[in-house]
Amino acid sequence: MLGYVGIEAVLDQLKIKAMKMGFEFNIMVVGQSGLGKSTMVNTLFKSKMCKSTMPGLGVPTPQTLQLQSVTHVIEESGVKLKLTVTDTPGFGDQINNNKCWDPILGYISEQYEKYLQEEILITRQRHIPDTRVHCCVYFVPPTGHCSLRPLDIEFLQRLCRTVNVVPVIARADSLTIEEREAFRHRIQENLKTHGIEVYPQKCFDEDINDKILNSKIRERIPFAVVGADREHIVNGRCVLGRKTKWGIIEVENMAHCEFPLLRDLLIRSHLQDLKDITHNVHYENYRIFRLNESHVLPRGPGWVNLAPAPASIPAPAGPQASPRPPKVCWWAKDNSDEEC
Amino acid sequence: MSELVPEPRPKPAVPMKPVSINPNLLGYIGIDTIIEQMRKKTMKTGFDFNIMVVGQSGLGKSTLVNTLFKSQVSRKASSWNREEKIPKTVEIKAIGHVIEEGGVKMKLTVIDTPGFGDQINNENCWEPIEKYINEQYEKFLKEEVNIARKKRIPDTRVHCCLYFISPTGHSLRPLDLEFMKHLSKVVNIIPVIAKADTMTLEEKSEFKQRVRKELEVNGIEFYPQKEFDEDLEDKTENDKIRQESMPFAVVGSDKEYQVNGKRVLGRKTPWGIIEVENLNHCEFALLRDFVIRTHLQDLKEVTHNIHYETYRAKRLNDNGGLPPVSVDTEESHDSNP
Repeated sequence: MLGYVGIEAVLDQLKIKAMKMGFEFNIMVVGQSGLGKSTMVNTLFKSKMCKSTMPGLGVPTPQTLQLQSVTHVIEESGVKLKLTVTDTPGFGDQINNNKCWDPILGYISEQYEKYLQEEILITRQRHIPDTRVHCCVYFVPPTGHCSLRPLDIEFLQRLCRTVNVVPVIARADSLTIEEREAFRHRIQENLKTHGIEVYPQKCFDEDINDKILNSKIRERIPFAVVGADREHIVNGRCVLGRKTKWGIIEVENMAHCEFPLLRDLLIRSHLQDLKDITHNVHYENYRIFRLNESHVLPRGPGWVNLAPAPASIPAPAGPQASPRPPKVCWWAKDNSDEEC
Repeated sequence: MSELVPEPRPKPAVPMKPVSINPNLLGYIGIDTIIEQMRKKTMKTGFDFNIMVVGQSGLGKSTLVNTLFKSQVSRKASSWNREEKIPKTVEIKAIGHVIEEGGVKMKLTVIDTPGFGDQINNENCWEPIEKYINEQYEKFLKEEVNIARKKRIPDTRVHCCLYFISPTGHSLRPLDLEFMKHLSKVVNIIPVIAKADTMTLEEKSEFKQRVRKELEVNGIEFYPQKEFDEDLEDKTENDKIRQESMPFAVVGSDKEYQVNGKRVLGRKTPWGIIEVENLNHCEFALLRDFVIRTHLQDLKEVTHNIHYETYRAKRLNDNGGLPPVSVDTEESHDSNP
């Protein structure tokens, strides 16, 4: 090369464009009432995103699972993030919790469907609004001794196939450090036994750097977290924490809890990756599943007829036919077996 | 091209307006790190850029591309006795290179069009070019509607077409006008005045003004197109480029000489050395900055969001809403709608 061309300026161009458009991030929190979900979200995004739902007197717990989404635009250093938090009050609170995961799975699939509909329009928008759930934080109650409950296992098994799931041990301040470690190990074993792949999934590590980085994270999952949105003074500093008679639990102190790990994973290091995996893997699986059964789809205006009959589906006769990328293939097979 | 009833133009993107900005932030969250995350991913995957050069033989197309990317990406053409004969019809030759700089990998493809405008009868000589461009859109579309599609669809679409205008000093020739009229609707065209060292400064600025006027009179929208300016900032920046700098009067060279102790790319003549990267001598540096350093991403985005979408909408409409099937009945589909 005879000199400097300036190709890396494209990174700056991308940055300018991205900052103009802003980013979207959709996070869902799932878990029983009282596990500190809303507080955790407030702590993650350092603002009063969700009203911490304190059970009011005479307010009945919701009979069925209702999903509530709240959207905020957060701006920091010129970067605009359109954050949507979907809460799931009522999950696992009933006496009979059979199939309580269906509304959640339904919601997630609905978002994929919305995106798919936009994508196949003839005249489509330049920037398709992304409401797909990029990450689902699952709150495990800190029982400490037993393994994952049947509800947790059922739910995680189904959910890990359609969305990125990050399990956390909620309210970890009720456990000592040793109890936490023991609990964590037991949960990890449970997950392995039942074949549950939580985020970051091993099969999506692209290269050795990713593998090393993600293995470290996988060792610590599920993170034992504590959430707090009140500030206290500790050693002259203002920290978020929970004040008790025996001390102040500092949320952002690694010695006290693993909240910083969760925050770093979700926001500071893997946010883009969460979105990419949702788009490239989960959404693609959904799309394949839908296109394969599209002959039963209703048609609307501006609709692109996906595939009139199975015979004329463009079966790629070329080199694509056999080596389908394993990531897609593996889960797509599972999906077709199961009623989703 | 027959008149098209309103071509479905995709709706322009509206940058997000805050729904509600939360003022009570209790501390640093770290959202701005997403820029860094994006950067890392881009550096890992690299990106594609496809540039096409169109113009008569001998206008310095290959040399200019070599100068732009500071390496021998195009066929070496600086030998005076070119062995290759002028082809009987317009040929399309695509050569790919990978250029790496600062950790960023760019897969560059240069598409040359030897034979354009060189025949006695040059009627419709833009058709093979238009066909090629549409073929790339078709390839991309087929990949996109596939059921099991690749994670990263290989992008062979032409992002930018440099059209070389002969430095006659008079006006645009009918061939130039016809070509640009047809092609500005399917691809980003950047007109450049080739071999600008044959003109004096006054001749240059007069010629540029005349060319600009003619393009305007004929309704030719070259890149950056007015209708795609997203906001005021873009508009002012692009207006300046459209009304003052374009078309760029360029000189290309891949030979180095010593000037004032520095090594520069230039052309040596008995009356002086023409420095390619000297703004006083020619506008190559402006072209390079424009195409590579400031508008490369935008070129790709306009190609993807507008030209490709227009093609896709037309294809799907023509096909009765069906996605194209992977059978080669393409000959029956005119690339001349």
